[in-house]
Amino acid sequence: MRRRWLVSALLVGVVAIVAAGCGGDNGGSSSGGSTDVTGSISVMATWGGDEQDSFQAVIDGFTAKYPNVTVKYTSGGDNLATLLSTAVEGGNPPDLAAIAQPGLMTDFANKGAIQPIDQLHDQIVSEFGQSIADVGSVDGTQYAVMYKAANKSLVWYNVSAFDQAGIEPPTTWDDLTKDASTLKAAGITPWSVGVDVGWPITDLFENVYIRTAGADMYDKLAKHEIPWTDQSVKDALTVMQDIVGDSGNMVGGTEGALQTDMPTSVANVFTDPPKGAMVTIGDFAPGVTQTTLDPVTGYAVFTFPSIDDSPPSVVGGGDLFVEFKKSDAADAFLEYLTTPEAAEIWVKRGGFSSPNKNLDVSVYPDEITKQTASAIGEADTFRFDMSDLQPAAFGGTPGQGLFKEFSDFVKSPNDIDMITQQMEADAKKAYGG
Amino acid sequence: MTEMTTTVEAPERGLPPAREPGLWQRYGIVVIFLAPALVLLGVWIVYPTISTIHRSFYDRSGDNFIGLDNYRTLFSDATLRKAIENNLLWLLVVPAFVTAIGLVFAVLIERIRFSVAFKVAVFMPMAISLFAAGVIWRLMYEKDPDQGTVNATIAVVHNRVQPSGKLPNALPSTETVTGSTKGGLTLNTPLQPGSVAQIGLTGILESSMPPNAVQAVVPEPLAGGITGVVWRDFKPGGGTPGKVEQGELGLPNVTVELRDDGGRRVGTTKTEDNGTFAFDDVQAGTYRAAIASDTFAKPFDGISWLGASLITPSIMMAYIWVWAGFAMVVIAAGLAAIPRDLLEAARTDGASEWAVFRRVTVPLLAPVLTVVFITMLIYVLKVFDIVISIAPGSSQDDANVIALAMWRTSFGGVNDFGLGAAIAVFLFLLVIPILLLNIRRFRREA
Repeated sequence: MRRRWLVSALLVGVVAIVAAGCGGDNGGSSSGGSTDVTGSISVMATWGGDEQDSFQAVIDGFTAKYPNVTVKYTSGGDNLATLLSTAVEGGNPPDLAAIAQPGLMTDFANKGAIQPIDQLHDQIVSEFGQSIADVGSVDGTQYAVMYKAANKSLVWYNVSAFDQAGIEPPTTWDDLTKDASTLKAAGITPWSVGVDVGWPITDLFENVYIRTAGADMYDKLAKHEIPWTDQSVKDALTVMQDIVGDSGNMVGGTEGALQTDMPTSVANVFTDPPKGAMVTIGDFAPGVTQTTLDPVTGYAVFTFPSIDDSPPSVVGGGDLFVEFKKSDAADAFLEYLTTPEAAEIWVKRGGFSSPNKNLDVSVYPDEITKQTASAIGEADTFRFDMSDLQPAAFGGTPGQGLFKEFSDFVKSPNDIDMITQQMEADAKKAYGG
Repeated sequence: MTEMTTTVEAPERGLPPAREPGLWQRYGIVVIFLAPALVLLGVWIVYPTISTIHRSFYDRSGDNFIGLDNYRTLFSDATLRKAIENNLLWLLVVPAFVTAIGLVFAVLIERIRFSVAFKVAVFMPMAISLFAAGVIWRLMYEKDPDQGTVNATIAVVHNRVQPSGKLPNALPSTETVTGSTKGGLTLNTPLQPGSVAQIGLTGILESSMPPNAVQAVVPEPLAGGITGVVWRDFKPGGGTPGKVEQGELGLPNVTVELRDDGGRRVGTTKTEDNGTFAFDDVQAGTYRAAIASDTFAKPFDGISWLGASLITPSIMMAYIWVWAGFAMVVIAAGLAAIPRDLLEAARTDGASEWAVFRRVTVPLLAPVLTVVFITMLIYVLKVFDIVISIAPGSSQDDANVIALAMWRTSFGGVNDFGLGAAIAVFLFLLVIPILLLNIRRFRREA
């Protein structure tokens, strides 16, 4: 047994040396690939299913350039934050992971669990711009590459439902509420809301808040510089009552909405006949459900409407790649992710918005993605999803903090005072105040 | 634990008294045999226990000693208190139910044919992991009767008893029509002979319109009679509410009532394909036209098993379903060991079956019942996987139990390992008395 192990170790060594020797020939070539870099890295992200296949294609693009690196991808699903926190506590995190919450990234950076990648800073700024670079840094140190962006300021709708009701996609909130009542008069439930996990409803709040209170207040609230009991929060919740205040507005009524998970909330709209006419959810909506409808003619999307002449604003998300264990292979992978070609692989497969400025918009495969992805660039204001900026315990945990309080708000939409007080209490706890 | 003590004592007792054994023979062998078990226990049980207790006195970061603060939070935090309350409820309800149902099954099964098939059916859930059982029940509990088996079953009965109306989702289109779909809708305009009533309804899906419906028309007034129209007051874009317009269809076959001033029904009629209706020979006076509530009766839309108020009982039901089989098999084994002559003797003495069951069977089964009951107590205290797999995120707070609270606090994103450890220690302390009880019983039986 022992002997055999030794032999195979030797063999691996020989192969590695030979490979490294071969690599020497074209090492330093400009394509960015190299055979000098060897090793094996593990990567974790939330992506499963189709998204996992797409990311695997991106990985294949990397290993084609770095043939001596093996990349093992594991999907963490919705529990990724939990898995990573546990792995960090247990001292065995993956080499790289894509986390969707800058708050969690800050937690990890403060703990020293993730490695600075300052060597990539300039490249990140030139590919993505300063604001995206800022999202991935903590106290001036670059920690993350935001590879994938999400536009969450969107309303998806069922085209035949809109046709039956004889309405056009609205551009203002007033038109939106009017359209909703027209839909109701036509016998179609206007909204599909998925409250089960909590975050889709926080996204709705953020979209309303950035429009009613403005980007400055948004930043303040995100940093907890103003309390959640602030009048601006209450005003935004009052606007939200237009949707969640009436059980008849939502598929399955209030009780049904509370138990609807996110993919189902999308499926409700993307079916024929539709159970609901509209759903506010990010640009990833078509990827979370199987549908027989065609894009544009079956389902379509419009930008979250403006409230009281608010400027175009996009609330978005993104997946931030961080490095838990420093290695050449891991560094090379991160560098690869900053390139337009790494973005292009997934962009062509669909369901992907790249924050990369240097990516040619024409590579987006269809009209809808082009529309949702270009809105990110066109908006006057881009802000990261607020709940993701909070400490994880307050903004990123199913059944707790904001997720819980917003589902309580759907449960009893008239208890605004009580709910904002609860939010403030939980925020204080999470901020250690 | 008991097994371990006997292993330690056995060699001593078994040694031949004649020769004084060497130190090695006396303890060395014992140590070698015990070592694997001790190492495993140490690594997997003792060390984690001590480390958890130690961690529970530190704060979230693990750097600062905070004494009993975590334990104070444990009893002051509303979510955690709810978890403790729920666990108490579990303790009170579930072991008793599982034992009782197991007993009933075990006793009845002895008397039926195909008892093996029945036993297998009841025992089958034990073959599924609790998590999988949870997933199954989560699907069965879905609120929508088209998806959830439980609500689908209820819907079959419900819709038979109270069939849904013709226009379950209809709403009045203007304020002249008042009332609710629960109590029926009334047109508020007073009507005299010769009046024309217009009852506009919306909220009716185009595709659910009957195929015979045609363009709605406002009928001509009728001398000595009351005419009117009931129509779908909607066309794409909304149209003008309250006005019969081109493209708006009549609602055929709707029962319209004519009520007098006192609200008494004086006549009923049905609408035509174009929505019109007419009451002939109406005496002078004022009337109201109305559509009774049964037209609007909604189909059963499902009980919210997974909602905040029912979630804990729902999960308990699923849990009992899983464990009843276990209880049945254990109790049936105990039952088989009861001497039949005792039962026969009781019957010969003229005891009724109920008396035999209560006075003979149950007392003789008491030890087995206690085992089942105590096992269930321990399992129920630690209940976790079925709760997390059934409860949707929005009602997890209402379904919370101590073990779930521990997991959510430590790993569920809060990542407060200090508080999580405190909850774990609390759970550990709760289990200890039951464990001691069990060990005592084992000793007595040995």
